[in-house]
Amino acid sequence: MADYKGIAVYCEVKDNNILPISAEGLGIGRKLADDSGQELAAVLVGGNTGSLAQQAIAQGADRAYVVDDPLLKDYNTDAYVNVMEKVISRITPQVLIMGQTDSGRDLAPRLAFRLGITVTMDCVDLAIDPESKRLLQTKPVYGGNAQAVFTSESDPQMVTIRTKAMTALEPDASRKGEVTSIAADLKESDIRMKVLERVVEEVAGLKIEDAEIVVSGGRGIGSAEGFQQLEELAKILKGAVGASRPPCDNGWVPDTVQVGLTGKIIAPELYLAIAISGSSQHMSGCSGSKSIVAINKDAEANIFRQARFGVVGDWKKVLPAFTEKVKELLAS
Amino acid sequence: MNIIVCVKQVIDPEAPPSIFNIDAERNKAEMHGVPPVIDPYGEFAVEAALRIKETQDSNITVISLGAGLSREVIKKPLAMGADGLVLLEDEAYTGGDSWSTATALAAAIRKIGEYDLILCGREASDTNAGQTGAGIAEILGLPCVTITRKIEITDGKARVERVTSDGYDVIEVPIPAVITVSNEIGEPRYPTIKGIMAAKKIEPVIWKPADINIDTSKIGEAGQHVRLRKLFQPVYEGKCEFAEGDSPEEAAENLAQKLREAKIL
Repeated sequence: MADYKGIAVYCEVKDNNILPISAEGLGIGRKLADDSGQELAAVLVGGNTGSLAQQAIAQGADRAYVVDDPLLKDYNTDAYVNVMEKVISRITPQVLIMGQTDSGRDLAPRLAFRLGITVTMDCVDLAIDPESKRLLQTKPVYGGNAQAVFTSESDPQMVTIRTKAMTALEPDASRKGEVTSIAADLKESDIRMKVLERVVEEVAGLKIEDAEIVVSGGRGIGSAEGFQQLEELAKILKGAVGASRPPCDNGWVPDTVQVGLTGKIIAPELYLAIAISGSSQHMSGCSGSKSIVAINKDAEANIFRQARFGVVGDWKKVLPAFTEKVKELLAS
Repeated sequence: MNIIVCVKQVIDPEAPPSIFNIDAERNKAEMHGVPPVIDPYGEFAVEAALRIKETQDSNITVISLGAGLSREVIKKPLAMGADGLVLLEDEAYTGGDSWSTATALAAAIRKIGEYDLILCGREASDTNAGQTGAGIAEILGLPCVTITRKIEITDGKARVERVTSDGYDVIEVPIPAVITVSNEIGEPRYPTIKGIMAAKKIEPVIWKPADINIDTSKIGEAGQHVRLRKLFQPVYEGKCEFAEGDSPEEAAENLAQKLREAKIL
């Protein structure tokens, strides 16, 4: 049996940068490595990732493994699982951390089954158990109604982490580390699935994941027209419009603005929840916000349990007056 | 087309959080007074199968796993229009993780033998893991597309739209394949009266571990690769400061004022 040691973080690459969630993975990976007296390795896979190894090292890695191959330019399940199986079998880490991203959600389970292990998806906390020295993996379950702490029976102990749940380190360009290239050795015939097209649904204005202020609406908004009033407030606040799942399912707003467990997980400065009851699955997407402010006609709505400020009332009456007052305050 | 859909019976995720409770002794979640349901993501998978059946001659077999499954609940996919139901029903199947669940389901799918497409929900609403579909695919050596919103089958290939955070990818994959389905596919249909009557006449096929040639050490709690150490409910301090007023408009203005004072605006 292989001797498993060290912490490894799979770093996802986009537009010639390591994704923020991967920097967060390196941040918690560094902490786990220090707590257990081990090394932290970064794994970079892609079409032209060699130059990013130093970025991973600056973010906390002691060493980096790089797999560069034109066949890996875009994410493809078959190609990435084959390559990652090879890399992980070679570096045999005790812990493997990935991000809960579009590709992480797809790659992690498949890779885990290939390696004969399971992965704990969407972790919000990771720590080493002082007694057993195993990794305590905390993840929300039941749509966020509860959290579960798991440990893996065998190595590598594999997890994906939720976006913004961990903290990245300040990059330190003076950090040094060894960079090792690993050949992909991919054959075209290994790749069964073909990505024919990547469609980006343009959202006018700011994306909700980049916005500091998000004005979000729920089922109670009732129509696409209703959301225009939210748009107006978002515009004044230089923010973006979000939604819980029902408005997306009803086609009032695009699916890409859904906030929640199966949508976007965001952490803006201000989250204005309008006619949102605050189901656990929705709160999973916004509970990291600095301030939550809610308008809801039901004083018992779950949203008020996590809101800092609120108004109990019909949004149709409250929102126009609120928007006017905000306009006035911002002008003064 | 032979389509297999995997569904799970779960405690109702739409029930109010106030009746959700955790039995700390047993590390189990409970919900009192609300019947279990078919996992909503599994229902989206059933809906995806039925849409394919509308375009071409298909046979839909639903598989589920557990013990003491409610017939009324687990027959819902039949009432929606599925053709057959296989239940892996035995205490030995319960308490498992995604590894032991995928292992049992894959063994059952092997026994069914004829399949072109295996559909699962993108994740279950209780574990929120999203591993079973990928696991079945890996065990059976099939390609897998996860988190999809549209499936079209032509000439031995599936053309699938996979949901991404800023849109979707169009992916082509040879069948047989495993595809996991997301809510973006659209609302599952309601069972019709005719469907409910038809479902009553269909008896589920029950397979014990021996029927699918599987050792009980590989399934359920015994076959787990992870251990649940603790299950708990996060506590939030309910300290919401309400803005009041004689009218909704006045309350709204007071709210804006409060936000300004707290330097949130």
